[in-house]
Amino acid sequence: MNLLGKLDWSAIPFDQPIIMGAGAFMVLAIVGILSWVTLKGYVPYLWREWITSVDHKRIGVMYFLLALVMLLRGFSDAIMMRAQQAVAAGGAQGYLPPEHFDQVFSAHGTIMIFFVAMPFVIGLMNFVLPLQLGVRDVAFPTLNSVSFWLTASGVLLINISLVVGEFAKTGWIAYPPLSELQFSPGVGVDYYLWSLQISGVGTLLTGINFVTTILKLRAPGMGYMRMPVFCWTSLAANLLIVAAFPVLTATLGMLLLDRYLGFHFFTVDGQGNAMMYVNLFWVWGHPEVYILILPPFGIFSEVVATFSGKPLFGYRSMVAATMAICVLSFLVWLHHFFTMGASADVNGFFGVMTMIIAVPTGVKVFNWLFTMYGGRVRFEVPILWSIGFMVTFVIGGMSGVLMAVPPADFQLHNSLFLVAHFHNVIIGGVIFGVMAGYNYWFPKAFGFKLDERWGRASFWCWLIGFYVAFMPLYVLGLMGMTRRMQHYDNVAWQPWLVVAAIGTAIILVGIVCQIVQLVVSIRDRDRLRVTGDPWNGRTLEWSTASPPPAWNFAVLPQVAERDSFWVAKHRAGARQAQPEPARQYEPIEVPKNSPVGVVNAFFAVVIGFALIWHIWWMAGLGLIGTFLAILVFAFRDGDETEVPAEQVAEFDRLHEARVAI
Amino acid sequence: MRLRLLPTTLIGLLILAGCSEGVLSPQGPVASAERQILFNSLGIMLAIVIPTILATLGVAFWFRSSNGRARYRPDFEYSGRLELLVWSIPAMTVLLVGGVAWVGAHDLDPRKPIASATDPVRVQVVSLDWKWLFIYPDQGIASVNRLTIPVGTPVSFELTSSGVMNSFFVPQLGSQIYTMAGMVTRLHLQADHAGRYRGLSAQYSGEGFADMQFAVDAVPAAAFSQWVSATHDAGPMLDAHAYADLAKPSEAIAPFTYGDVAPGLFSHVQSTAVQPNDPARLTDLASKRTDK
Repeated sequence: MNLLGKLDWSAIPFDQPIIMGAGAFMVLAIVGILSWVTLKGYVPYLWREWITSVDHKRIGVMYFLLALVMLLRGFSDAIMMRAQQAVAAGGAQGYLPPEHFDQVFSAHGTIMIFFVAMPFVIGLMNFVLPLQLGVRDVAFPTLNSVSFWLTASGVLLINISLVVGEFAKTGWIAYPPLSELQFSPGVGVDYYLWSLQISGVGTLLTGINFVTTILKLRAPGMGYMRMPVFCWTSLAANLLIVAAFPVLTATLGMLLLDRYLGFHFFTVDGQGNAMMYVNLFWVWGHPEVYILILPPFGIFSEVVATFSGKPLFGYRSMVAATMAICVLSFLVWLHHFFTMGASADVNGFFGVMTMIIAVPTGVKVFNWLFTMYGGRVRFEVPILWSIGFMVTFVIGGMSGVLMAVPPADFQLHNSLFLVAHFHNVIIGGVIFGVMAGYNYWFPKAFGFKLDERWGRASFWCWLIGFYVAFMPLYVLGLMGMTRRMQHYDNVAWQPWLVVAAIGTAIILVGIVCQIVQLVVSIRDRDRLRVTGDPWNGRTLEWSTASPPPAWNFAVLPQVAERDSFWVAKHRAGARQAQPEPARQYEPIEVPKNSPVGVVNAFFAVVIGFALIWHIWWMAGLGLIGTFLAILVFAFRDGDETEVPAEQVAEFDRLHEARVAI
Repeated sequence: MRLRLLPTTLIGLLILAGCSEGVLSPQGPVASAERQILFNSLGIMLAIVIPTILATLGVAFWFRSSNGRARYRPDFEYSGRLELLVWSIPAMTVLLVGGVAWVGAHDLDPRKPIASATDPVRVQVVSLDWKWLFIYPDQGIASVNRLTIPVGTPVSFELTSSGVMNSFFVPQLGSQIYTMAGMVTRLHLQADHAGRYRGLSAQYSGEGFADMQFAVDAVPAAAFSQWVSATHDAGPMLDAHAYADLAKPSEAIAPFTYGDVAPGLFSHVQSTAVQPNDPARLTDLASKRTDK
């Protein structure tokens, strides 16, 4: 009986200089940051104000930061892949052996979807939703903190796999039978499964939390048809989370049963059926795409309207289109595997359904176009990302509809054309949207704008880099190159792959510009300081101070129409210097900080790590720890503290000048 | 005029790109029809996508805040007519492309035999770790990593896998299809011109995946019969035992042939893949995979 299960020194790849180098860098960075924080005496501050915070704004910022860090990790994988394919032509094998290359592309996909795109989007929703809805927090603030820290647990596990053991070599979709014990006996797939299971629980809790928040907590008077469009698209995305993530959890759970307890859900033998996994995976996987893209659609709606100085064109159409996408996204999953051999009727049905989902999406593009029509478009950084998105996304949507034609997909499935397509919509849609939102809401979060020059530089590098990196992949797909090739013998492909690698380098410059933008902006924060409403905004988040106090609004806003802050500003303008009636301040209850999230996450990592390495006693300890943590939390004395009315009044008086309408 | 020029140039560029062995230089009826469908759908969509992109850029530029000549209409937020237009443009496009998809899915159903006066050649395909086995049941021969077919004759494929999923794909001949253990998929292809075409697995299947390539030799009918009889006279026999040997994981195997094939081997392959759990066999396979 081995106390450490499958774990021993051979798990650490001392003979792999690239992995050890990256691992050493990671460990050094973590140790460096931790000791700097400790030496400077920041630990109590971080613990009190951030780690145990249940404030939706703080949690949103932490989600965003997590995603930024993981973007660097996922992007390093991208650079490695592009470099490998740029050199491994003809007889050459490149610098990455297959077992390493296979881990790199699997990690790239998993990280970018689950630990970059998701936390970016969830972070923005966290920060913005309660402010736009005109309320003081989400429905379940402590649960929100638990969700965030569970996501962080998944991130930690996936990063541990870099140094201890290996990551999956199955691609990010981990299709069985390849991901079964028979063909992947190592711990890689287990790292994949447990980090997704743990973070998946966090995501599901977030979904429940936000759906409840939007349905039950809105400012007085804010009916559904007065909600900002970002709230609508977030509602749709979170409904999808609640409906789709349990499917993923169950599917991965079945694979876990196969791998740990000898079940035969998807095995080759014992009448397992791998086709079932593929179907179930995409029953989650396609709605997931819309979970990612719907909130950015909302961001674009806010940004385009604000910077055009006009209300959104066709609000009701937008809402209808959003909800149509929400429902239709569950009826298209089979287009991910037309080549499985389903009948012509089945393929035809899913092909047509896939195209139908393009209708509401097209409507949205036209509505943004008509929002700019008749406006006064101020070309600040957020709208640059939005216009870049509109152009790029239309191309990505077109290549998507092209592949929804089953006979075309028979030729393009799994080719680099497909890779180009989904990067076209995920970078051109989700990432551009997130960047628009980042530049748009940053001043709200921190009280100063991001530097505009570096922001523009970053945008142009991303945009140009994207086209240089991915247009060649469309061509390569048509030339018959399939994805995930560690090397290839057709030298005609090489020039295109070299161009794609150059594109990746341009995107890298874009990312560097972003980091510089952040550093420069923090340095020049006094010059960039703003009031509550730096963009001449339309929605409620701009009616409070930047950064908002813990209670968001001293007095909950009364909403009587759409874009109520905009309308209020105009009314105030019309009334001229008429004094506002004196505000009646009341004490405000705010939720108490709680360490339950981070403690729970610690035990989740322990459980995950122990299960991956079959260290059963440790998994047991972890389970007991989680249980006790929740028990202690459940028996807490009080979960709210009161902010006295005088403090609220004082804050409001200090910031009144800035938020004056 | 300029609008029409752009798609033409685009398609021209794509053809240029596809010249070297891609899906845009089809060598058989299936691939040709699929390319046609690709172009038709692309054409329909470009007709709407290009104007949309130009309009986006144009509107954004014209209504820039510094342009005094642009009329500011802060209350323009609804127009019933525009809404109708906004919904109907994508709907019409999708109606057209959806028609192409539905009809195409039926016309080019991989299971549908190719209409031809010539009797089809039957080929049974097994994807192995990491190579392709082609069995010619009617000729009683088999070949590894090279598929020889007669020109102008439909080829009827039955496909399965020894273990993990793969996808059988010859870009210049047309449709790809998954190979899955314990299941048989069907595919019909035909080469119209003699030549050597690239074949590959289009579904990642593990470490040796990048070398899971094969060549397709499309030869005139006479040369095909010659090849069949030459193959018959040489090479080992493929029976259950030889198959078990072949099934062991290996990479970048040079093509070779079997002069004889045990009858019913293909259905044997299919059933061994799903035999009840034999721990000895499993650990054996697993350790081989780790050793690699």
